[in-house]
Amino acid sequence: MVNASKQLITGLGVLLLFSVLSVSCYAMDYPEEVEIDSLANLYEPVIFDHAMHVDATEGCAECHHHTTGTPVLNAYCAKCHTGDVEMDVVACQDCHSADPVSPENLHNPKPGYSYHNDQPNLKAAYHLKCLGCHREVDGPTGCEDCHAKTEAGDKFYHSGEFAPKEDAQHGAEHE
Amino acid sequence: MSKITRRKFLAASAAGGTAIMMAPTKKAFAAGSFEGFPDGMGVLVDLTRCVGCRTCEAACNKEQKLPEPALPFDDYSVFDEIHHGNQKRRTTDKAYTIVNRYDLKDSDEPLYRKIQCNHCNEPACLTSCFVNAYTKTPEGAVIYNSHVCVGCRNCMIACPFHIPAYTYHSVLNPVIKKCIFCYDTRLKEGRPPACVESCPQQVMTFGKRKDLMVIAHERIKKNPDKYIDHVYGEKEVGGTGWFYISSAPFEEAGFDVHLPKKPIIDNVKDFLAIVPVVLTVWPALFTGFHLLATKGKSHGHGDDHSHDEQEGH
Ligand code: SF4
Ligand code: SF4
Ligand code: SF4
Repeated sequence: MVNASKQLITGLGVLLLFSVLSVSCYAMDYPEEVEIDSLANLYEPVIFDHAMHVDATEGCAECHHHTTGTPVLNAYCAKCHTGDVEMDVVACQDCHSADPVSPENLHNPKPGYSYHNDQPNLKAAYHLKCLGCHREVDGPTGCEDCHAKTEAGDKFYHSGEFAPKEDAQHGAEHE
Repeated sequence: MSKITRRKFLAASAAGGTAIMMAPTKKAFAAGSFEGFPDGMGVLVDLTRCVGCRTCEAACNKEQKLPEPALPFDDYSVFDEIHHGNQKRRTTDKAYTIVNRYDLKDSDEPLYRKIQCNHCNEPACLTSCFVNAYTKTPEGAVIYNSHVCVGCRNCMIACPFHIPAYTYHSVLNPVIKKCIFCYDTRLKEGRPPACVESCPQQVMTFGKRKDLMVIAHERIKKNPDKYIDHVYGEKEVGGTGWFYISSAPFEEAGFDVHLPKKPIIDNVKDFLAIVPVVLTVWPALFTGFHLLATKGKSHGHGDDHSHDEQEGH
């Protein structure tokens, strides 16, 4: 994973179509497709059909919380966010840190953000949202339903061409 | 082999004998008041998030340079494995962490749970080890010195979570193996464990134990309908470094919910009191066991068998 995090950081430098989203997001003004590639390493980037998900969901707030100017769904957030203020940051990565264990995920250091403690990191923000919903609506939930494994991924999971050979276990027993 | 092992053992027990009685137990004897090191790190495990992808298992295998697995880490048939006595998978000397699936009474969705050492505040493995192979580091990890370990397996019996595993296959140097919180490669430098970092769902949150405990209670408070109002490992056996919140009753996820709040050390106190006696006779016993074990092996029996054989005659 040392390598993985290094690659991850390099990958972040290359960046990311997803920031398209942060330019503007009026209710009817959004990208049709988004390539989520900032964290790609063990898996290929995800080509996210944004338009289809706009159609399939009740409203922006299902994924974008309070940032698009529609009423927020989470009762806890609704205590402050009435949902009538559009933010100029709407992309996941604008708020969720790509560093999987940044202490800032636990304690948001920005003044006035003390209710934003315990934020999931970016990788988890994607997966918790996507998988969370997919499990509820019986959408695809297999890892490779959304992103194919890379060679690095096959190696990491000891799968595909790196799958254990028949006698692997036998060999290990007698090391 | 016997000479080296015995010499190592004797040296270690001479040094360890006094240490056991003096150092680590003293504070803990004050009725389980030792809350762990104040800045010790921990991991909050949120069982509601785990999807059973086994990425954490693969990450541990890589980080700890463990042997090739029998099956790929994206093979989910392992969740159906049942071992002797209706056991789900357990940690082994080749897998310091494993994920199991539990079917719940009131839900169609199963619950997945990652199992590894819980890095107890007052580890029973440590207190039960009479050669002082174990250390609880100020960073929060429970690590062990395999050069000191004599393979007696006391810690396997003492651990309330059945974590330490034994390298049965290693004839030359059978020792205990378990999760070390990635101490050598990561925790020591303030970095999170490999399994924690790899998880796509952030099932595990890494931080100071005392901060994470606040977060755990906040998550429960903010989502009272989602979580059971209990943090498993906050109090159990004197508190654990890795602790859990869940949507389902903990017993349904295979947790032992009958563990005492007090550290196991209180239970082994009596045992520790007899340690000096054991130490005086142990070398002789150990040699005896060893000879029997070797003898047993040449006949194709395990040491338990050869022991029985001996007593039978
Ligand atoms: S990587 Fe995370 S989600 Fe996957 S099995 Fe491990 S703990 Fe569960
Ligand atoms: S879980 Fe078991 S092996 Fe780990 S520290 Fe606690 S007693 Fe020791
Ligand atoms: S903390 Fe390190 S040694 Fe322990 S299970 Fe995770 S990766 Fe393995």
